[in-house]
Amino acid sequence: MSALETTTRTRDDGAARSPVVLQVRDLTTHFPVRNGVVKAVDGVSFDVERGRTLCVVGESGSGKSVTARSILQIVDAPGRIVSGSMVLHRPDGSKVDLAKLNPRGREIRAVRGAEIAMIFQEPMSSLSPVHTVGDQIMEALRLHLDMSKAEARARCVELLRQVEIPNPDKAVDRYTFEFSGGMRQRVMIAMSLACNPSMLIADEPTTALDVTTQAEILDLIRRLQQQHGMAVMFITHDMGVVAEIADDVIVMYHGKVMEYGPVDQIFHAPKNDYTKMLIGSVLKLEQKAEIRLKRPPRDNAAPPVLEVRNLEMHFGKPGAPLKAVDDVSLKVFPGETLGIVGESGSGKTTMGRCLLRVYDPNGGEIDYRRADGEVVDIVKADKATLKQVRREIRMIFQDPVGSLNPRMTVAQIVGEPLLVNGIASGKELDERVADLLKQVGLEPAWRERYPHAFSGGQRQRIGIARAIALNPRVIVADEATSALDVSLRSQMLDLMMNLQDKLGLSYVFISHDIGVIRYMCDRVAVMYRGRVVETGATEQVCDAPAHAYTQALLSAIPRPDPRARTMHKRHRYAG
Amino acid sequence: MSEAAIAGGAVAADPKRLAVASQWQLMWWAFKRHRAAMIGLWITVILYVIAVVPGFFAVNDPAKQNARAAYHPPQALHLIDTAEDGSWSIRPYIHPYVLKRDPQTLASIFTPDTTKKVYLKLFGQGFEYKVLGLFTASTHLFASENPNQPLFFFGADRLGRCVYSRIMEGAQISLSVGLVGVLMSLSLGVLLGGISGYYGGRVDFVIQRVIEFVLSLPTIPIWLALAAALPQDWPAVLNYFMITVILSLTGWAQLARVVRGRFLSLRTEEFVTAARLDGASEGRIIFRHMLPSFASHIIASMTLAIPAMILAETSLSFLGLGLQPPTISWGVLLREAQNIRSIATAPWLFAPGAAVVLAVIALNFLGDGLRDAADPYNK
Amino acid sequence: MLRFILSRLVWMVPSLVVVSFLSFVLIQLPPGDYVTTYIATLAASNEVVDQNTAAELRSRFGLDQPMIVQYAKWLGNIVTRGDFGLSFEWQQPVSDLIWERMALTLVLTFSTLLATWGIALPIGVFSAVKKYSIGDYLVTFLSFLGLAIPSFLLALVLMYIAAVEFGQEVGGLFSEAYVQAPWSFYKVLDLLHHLWIPVIILAVSGTASLIRVMRANMLDELSKPYVTTARAKGLSEFRLLVKYPMRLALNPFISTIAWLLPNLVSGSIIVAIVLSLPTAGPLLLQSLMSQDMYLAGAFVLLICTLTLIGSLISDILLALVDPRIRLE
Repeated sequence: MSALETTTRTRDDGAARSPVVLQVRDLTTHFPVRNGVVKAVDGVSFDVERGRTLCVVGESGSGKSVTARSILQIVDAPGRIVSGSMVLHRPDGSKVDLAKLNPRGREIRAVRGAEIAMIFQEPMSSLSPVHTVGDQIMEALRLHLDMSKAEARARCVELLRQVEIPNPDKAVDRYTFEFSGGMRQRVMIAMSLACNPSMLIADEPTTALDVTTQAEILDLIRRLQQQHGMAVMFITHDMGVVAEIADDVIVMYHGKVMEYGPVDQIFHAPKNDYTKMLIGSVLKLEQKAEIRLKRPPRDNAAPPVLEVRNLEMHFGKPGAPLKAVDDVSLKVFPGETLGIVGESGSGKTTMGRCLLRVYDPNGGEIDYRRADGEVVDIVKADKATLKQVRREIRMIFQDPVGSLNPRMTVAQIVGEPLLVNGIASGKELDERVADLLKQVGLEPAWRERYPHAFSGGQRQRIGIARAIALNPRVIVADEATSALDVSLRSQMLDLMMNLQDKLGLSYVFISHDIGVIRYMCDRVAVMYRGRVVETGATEQVCDAPAHAYTQALLSAIPRPDPRARTMHKRHRYAG
Repeated sequence: MSEAAIAGGAVAADPKRLAVASQWQLMWWAFKRHRAAMIGLWITVILYVIAVVPGFFAVNDPAKQNARAAYHPPQALHLIDTAEDGSWSIRPYIHPYVLKRDPQTLASIFTPDTTKKVYLKLFGQGFEYKVLGLFTASTHLFASENPNQPLFFFGADRLGRCVYSRIMEGAQISLSVGLVGVLMSLSLGVLLGGISGYYGGRVDFVIQRVIEFVLSLPTIPIWLALAAALPQDWPAVLNYFMITVILSLTGWAQLARVVRGRFLSLRTEEFVTAARLDGASEGRIIFRHMLPSFASHIIASMTLAIPAMILAETSLSFLGLGLQPPTISWGVLLREAQNIRSIATAPWLFAPGAAVVLAVIALNFLGDGLRDAADPYNK
Repeated sequence: MLRFILSRLVWMVPSLVVVSFLSFVLIQLPPGDYVTTYIATLAASNEVVDQNTAAELRSRFGLDQPMIVQYAKWLGNIVTRGDFGLSFEWQQPVSDLIWERMALTLVLTFSTLLATWGIALPIGVFSAVKKYSIGDYLVTFLSFLGLAIPSFLLALVLMYIAAVEFGQEVGGLFSEAYVQAPWSFYKVLDLLHHLWIPVIILAVSGTASLIRVMRANMLDELSKPYVTTARAKGLSEFRLLVKYPMRLALNPFISTIAWLLPNLVSGSIIVAIVLSLPTAGPLLLQSLMSQDMYLAGAFVLLICTLTLIGSLISDILLALVDPRIRLE
């Protein structure tokens, strides 16, 4: 790959330099496997500077996380650092090469948590569930700073206050499972700051969080960085986050550095082909898809194919139900894509599943207009009608792994709806399956393979083939692209839109990602705590949101443009 | 990465074969890498072959008594025969033992006569035995060329019966009790666990409590009480059947719990929802989608449950409350070893115990390997 | 927390009722009753009992009443007066026969439980931390062996070795001098002196399965992200191991009491019979053989109750150490 030759050893700009905290040169980390080694990190070099933020960005499997873990020598077994140096510059002028230290020795342990601290992606599983928050924070204080119990406790409360945890003197004695995801991540940050480290490594700290919570955490990290003057190394796959917070960026791919430079250069003048591709696919999702811009306007006079009225779906006890879907009304017109956007817990997935009656709604109507004009209420449909309706309304699932039976071949999976509905069998079925695979861009010869032989993107295509097998009229797609890397996302969306035009489909497209909604959807409904707070044309909702929650949501989304950092100007919604 | 993760369980298969490998293929690849499990598999296979045709492996009629051979010590089997001129050939033989009486105590003393050799014939003819009660045969793996000279590989018991042949014969009962008992518990377990997991709600709650209750009871006192209730004069077959029923009465709970857990987790699996939306019938969902996913787990749990059954039968029979002589099982044989005086004179009476240990270890290794290989998709 | 314990205690009641009914049904199951056995025994020594005497015996023992009445009486007497009925064979109240034996059974079971934990915990942790080392393979193999050897066989082999190699009789829990003696400090010492053999025998199989449980738990916990977090904090490997994964692996370990205890009790009965220990085992077997139903019933009832209490204790302990359950 030509990109290799342009790999830069050091940053190639002339910007003013801050004091270097960590200097990494030719870091190489290998994972021995049965048939060879995986070069997870392959000759990576960079500098981390005081008061600045270095973002390491890449798709899954790029080695960005292993790079971070290599610095503290906490790579999971059997991984190990093979060569390279990682020189830590201390404030007193002394230096130490972390790569040379014994991974279990006293010296590296004195660095961990004290000089270089780290926070992780999963705030739930990264903290012990059976120790109190205070216990886990004080541990670092007592270990590195030799504080007494009382001192450590006082400092701990102070730290919790700094990370804006309410009632810090009570929170000290609480357990992690009593906090929400965002609060847990704050605890993690408090813990990492305990000993005033000169460098903070954050390994995808906001990936498991909603965008609004992510914005708060990013804000917090930035504020603390300014107060303490730390160097921050931030690992992420989200280019929006990179644009928002980075000073410098490393783009990684397959363990190698593709490009290393200031954030503005990476976004506005990328040199490397891979970086260009990555930025390109991110920017592509910033606007409407080309095939949608070119399409003639839809005929709005046609009656809706789906009309949801006052839908209610409750879980839990009848006395105090959790209203997952609360008085939701929607319309889906023929040939249109209706986007449903919302954060986790907004009820969007439940709502989508109610449309096919995976769950039995507690109230409301879902009127489905069949091709011959007959209207069926799905909520009250009997078994036979429901079976008919489910042939015409199909679903694409979020998880490309879990939604395909691993014990069936692709031919069996895609052919199942045709077979069980008695539409095709034998040789005819085989031909139909081959044709379906061709339509979603898969090699028909692969149909005897099992799902484990396919990548995530390919599996999602198999799921699409299964969905269109019965010539449906409506497809409910639940987070159909969120498990995929960004470079695959637009391909998948393009495929879905092509199929839509060819087969005359309507989509209900559920996503938490405003980008894919804007790219693909004609209209969008915003859900918040089980309710639809706003519905409208995509452009109108995205550019001029009417509801305060939508405004807060949109303003919290980091834009992939370092010249237009907006997050500090965001609205907060306290509803 | 995901492909590599799957392959991690399998051999370094070439990607083309891996791509079209079914669940059982992947499991077999993963299982084969487990050396202890492979050894366990082979031993188990051999043991069950013995259980099918014990007569073929026996050298003496297991029921035949021989007063002159009481407490006959084990005879070493020599494989290589050296002639006087120094040449050698592979021809199994044993040295016959001569019986003398101690003039004072009149106790029998056996001494090997190294000048004589009794040759053994592979696939020779010997006593007649029935194969699974269907037809008779008289071919044996080893047969003495001199029918008047008895063979005692593992010695003889107090009545001069061949311990080795009795162990072979006992394998049939002991190993089949394990299998039949587990199949019975499995049917109960799958039925109740399946109902519990499938219907959920109140039915599940009740069945759950029953399972917990059964699991918290100590089995031996219950077995003892139940076994003591069996009339001593029942025919052997009925007695055998009742003992397996008794053992499965407590064994089903563990399996029911496994089945229920699997069922619950599978019910919420996305591919099951997908199949439902595809229009598949309940029957098809259960048999085509759910059953194959937990069949492997059930087989592994079953394999791990067999040893417990074998041990239980052995214990019961040992205490005199299980199978009764003249039925031969390993537990019945171990009753001979109950008396400290008899094992002091004839330590080879422990041999049936060694057979139990071997069978249980082999099945445990096998079951462990199966359990590890049971889910080739989650590594 | 208090509510949790209370609700568990309330749950004990139906379980105990079922257990008592079960015990009673079990001992009622054999065809015939004690009188039948009694007559058969007498017949063996050429004494003949006529029908009238038999009927008289039956009515004296209340054996001619319907089963449910017999059960109600039996349970009523136990609950109100601690009266377990009369042993036909021994011709004395059951409660005179069982308590010392039950107490010794409890001592034996509890010591075995402690020994099992004491051995299994460190070995299981070691085996997990040194995964795939020679030590781990050795431990794994030995624990498979331990699982496979029936405890009575182990007892027999030990008896054999003691008898043949050392010329000693193994068995019992007391030296001859102390069997009938009243309880004293020296009798307790004598008990401890004898106790370790059955404890070791019983601990072998329990230890084996527990090692495997502990190893699996530890392996699970060791791969959890919070271990990495603790490591990134600068903790030494040993402190980290003790404070986090071991602490968490202990929770499922505690819940093993619930299934370990029934197994231990079961095992102890057989071993006690082989080693002729003065515990519940041998007398239970004897009473079952002779259909001495009140005696057998009392043993089955008490042993089952003991294990039910054991699982209750393990549930409470689990709630104590695991805040996730406690704060539910």
